[in-house]
Amino acid sequence: MRMGRRIAATLRRTAIHAGPTVLGIIVLDFLFLQLMPGDAADVMAIEAGSATAETMAMMRERFGLDQPVLSQLASFLGHLAQLDLGYSPRFNASVLDIIMARLPNTVLLMLTALSFALLLGIVLGSVMAAWAGRWPDRVLSVVVLLLYSMPGFWVGLMAVVLFSVKLGWLPNDSNMTIGSDFTGWALIADRAAHLVLPALALASFFVAVYARLVRASMLEVQRQDFMRTAHAKGLHPFLIQLRHALRNALIPVTTVAGMHLGNLLGGAVVVETLFGWPGMGRLALEAVLARDFSVLLGVLLLSSLLVIVANVAIDLLHAWLDPRIGEA
Amino acid sequence: MTVDAELTPKVADVGSRAAPRKGRRLRAFLRNPTFIAGVAILGFFVLLALFADMLFPGDPMDMVAQPLLWPGDDAQYPLGTDSLGRDVLAQLVHGTRASLLVGFFAAAIGLAIGMAVGAAAGFFGGWTDTLLMRLVELFQTTPTFLLVIVILVIVDPSLPTIAMAIGVSSWPTVARLVRAQFRSLREADFVMAARSLGYSRLRIIVQEILPNALPPVIVAASVMIANAILTEAGLSFLNMRDPNVLSWGGMIGDGRDQLRNAWFLTALPGAAIAMAVLSLNLVGDGLNEILNPRSDQS
Amino acid sequence: MSLLSVEKLTVAFPGQVAVRETSFAIAPGETLALVGESGCGKSVTAFSVMRLLPPNARVASGRILLEGTDLLALSPAGMREVRGKQISLIQQEPMTSLNPVLSIGLQIAEVLRRHEKVSRKQARARAIELLDLVSIPDAHRRIDDYPHNLSGGMRQRVMIAMAVACHPKLLIADEPTTALDVTTQAQVLDLLDDLRHRLGMAVLLITHDLGVVAQWADRISVMYAGRIVEQAGIKPFFAEPLHPYSRGLLGARVDVEADEHYSRNRLSEIPGSVGSALGEAGCSFAPRCPIAVPGCRIAPPPLVAHGERAVACPRVGA
Repeated sequence: MRMGRRIAATLRRTAIHAGPTVLGIIVLDFLFLQLMPGDAADVMAIEAGSATAETMAMMRERFGLDQPVLSQLASFLGHLAQLDLGYSPRFNASVLDIIMARLPNTVLLMLTALSFALLLGIVLGSVMAAWAGRWPDRVLSVVVLLLYSMPGFWVGLMAVVLFSVKLGWLPNDSNMTIGSDFTGWALIADRAAHLVLPALALASFFVAVYARLVRASMLEVQRQDFMRTAHAKGLHPFLIQLRHALRNALIPVTTVAGMHLGNLLGGAVVVETLFGWPGMGRLALEAVLARDFSVLLGVLLLSSLLVIVANVAIDLLHAWLDPRIGEA
Repeated sequence: MTVDAELTPKVADVGSRAAPRKGRRLRAFLRNPTFIAGVAILGFFVLLALFADMLFPGDPMDMVAQPLLWPGDDAQYPLGTDSLGRDVLAQLVHGTRASLLVGFFAAAIGLAIGMAVGAAAGFFGGWTDTLLMRLVELFQTTPTFLLVIVILVIVDPSLPTIAMAIGVSSWPTVARLVRAQFRSLREADFVMAARSLGYSRLRIIVQEILPNALPPVIVAASVMIANAILTEAGLSFLNMRDPNVLSWGGMIGDGRDQLRNAWFLTALPGAAIAMAVLSLNLVGDGLNEILNPRSDQS
Repeated sequence: MSLLSVEKLTVAFPGQVAVRETSFAIAPGETLALVGESGCGKSVTAFSVMRLLPPNARVASGRILLEGTDLLALSPAGMREVRGKQISLIQQEPMTSLNPVLSIGLQIAEVLRRHEKVSRKQARARAIELLDLVSIPDAHRRIDDYPHNLSGGMRQRVMIAMAVACHPKLLIADEPTTALDVTTQAQVLDLLDDLRHRLGMAVLLITHDLGVVAQWADRISVMYAGRIVEQAGIKPFFAEPLHPYSRGLLGARVDVEADEHYSRNRLSEIPGSVGSALGEAGCSFAPRCPIAVPGCRIAPPPLVAHGERAVACPRVGA
């Protein structure tokens, strides 16, 4: 019951906090849209090669591109309220539909990469802290620092050379075998195999971030009085680290994980493009190449919203980890 | 893939401290192997960038030999040639410039904006603070890399605009850091003294508080340069680059088509990026140890 | 036979010896007060008994016998059987000695689950009984509270409940009431004393507060700069302290007793500080001692028995 109340309090606080941010993002988005060079009509005209001034005006009118800025903002907000992000003349579909078709793939990739990064980061960081200053710590510190310094997409490319080109173990293109008609476990295995390399590439940097953080955080916790209390109970050191230290050490880690979600999604642009992963990130780049800016800004808007939603999840996790949160 | 948020936990403890005597601090710098190693590697890259034209005169984009020579095939081209017969080593050396320039200028822009916003928010508090922190939150919620791409669609990519775009998207972390410093220093004795002497706000901010707020910002700066270099690499890999300038990320993008038969074309520029970023991270870690002696070392 | 006997214990930190050849013994059921100013080595002594020294500290020599078993010779697993079961610990700072993210019920139950074959349910029921025992009202509701829901005095009661859960033979209380206000101090110490009688355990009470010692201890060991300088029963000690340091302590105390408020810094009313013992070849107290003679600075005086008591000063006693 108390837990329920704390969760409600956390949700309420987050909602109050997120509202203005969402509005700010929308306005920022609209401003960017105004600053974009030319408009979709220009692009199509250039591509068609033979557009007259009249057909241009007609297209602008059809897409509402001829209105003054403020009324465009008003209609932009009005459309957003109805979940209408506009129509992409280039893809010939509604922007929301285009993005929604890609969203699940990005969420899958992001969650896989994040779980992988957290899991490996926590394990590496804990091992480094447990052997602090001795050789396992020194060796892992070097490995982690290297991971921290390598571009994720390059790690992905090198993994492709090793696992796809040389060993032939894993596929490196798209999110499934094209033209396959797998069902059941074979389908899941096929999807999972396609997920490994992109998730690895996306996670590599964050593995290093979390490992460094967990190490510092675990070392800090060891100095606390309650750790001596736990030892004085005769508990096994492993249990003490797991139950008493890790939970405390994870509190700052979840905070930082929340701050990194935006960067994780940003990284997805490169990784998705590299692996032909049909997600929002690759869509963003396709939109840039097609000069279809309503789609690009739709991606920006929706990924920001995704970050906010993910942050709510992180806040809840935080409240679960730390009983002091959510009680006034 | 820029990750600027990472600096927060790393430097959060640095705190403000009366600067110890100069000599002692200098010795602390010289005694710190992490810092020295970082400076040495970074210095090497800076020298390469400065003397690229003397080391490899002529246009590195010119075809000089038969294409796709592997490293070691021809002593004249120790790191081989790419699919257009261009000297990989010469390209790598010239590519140092783009990475370092973008890295330093992007960090400078990000630091300038972040320090201004953070100082104002932390010093004035109240509504200014609330409003500015909202802005910070807004920018932190937006995926940095996407933001950079959007900006580069509005202004075409060239070295200055790339640096500007990265700088404009990477300031929030510094802003938070500086704000926290200002909030704790705002009530410090020496600031109170300056206030009672009737110094102007600007003078108090710039001359009294800022120098004491600097140590964590210095650590943050090196990590910012590192992240800017990583972002620039990702951008040029996606072909969002200055078409007239050689860059490591661009080399990776070009080499990607030969991944099956000549993977060294991808591996080498990536290794160069990793080394440059590593040097900056070493400098950052070293600075953190020196400026924040309490931090782990158990 | 004594329950715990510490023999010639020496504990070293890098570049510094914190405890030097210290010996003392505790009989079953008695309360021994270990008294001294901060930094004199009393907490380090206590942590050595639990083998919970900071990682950079090292027991250089000596033995710590619990009912004849040398704790220093036990395997880590063997030592874990002793901790929480035979010897338990209460720390100074109730604000930080409980884990902030675990409920107090879980923290009490885990020591029971560790040392006794009890189910989760039984452990919880026992934890409620223990909270009752330490006079926490509404124990069945309070058990799911987190430390931040409790006041300092309540937290220290929870620590006591945890410490006595498995009926230890010895309870080490390291300045258990220093962080509490005066009224709560007396309540917590009364509770400890009551439990000692009821459960028949011995208490090693570490404190710098002679008022606490006079009221709740059976015997006293006075520590100075890592050495025990005087050992005595409470009555004879307060009637006539022998060592010049003890006399200084007591004299200092009398000065402030008038307003019945024990200030923490009264020990420093003896001229000089414990730091002046550093690098002293002879008696560590010599630099501050009013009756020192040149001979005192040659070698540290041994603790010499005088009937029921002992003192490490050749200038006093029989």
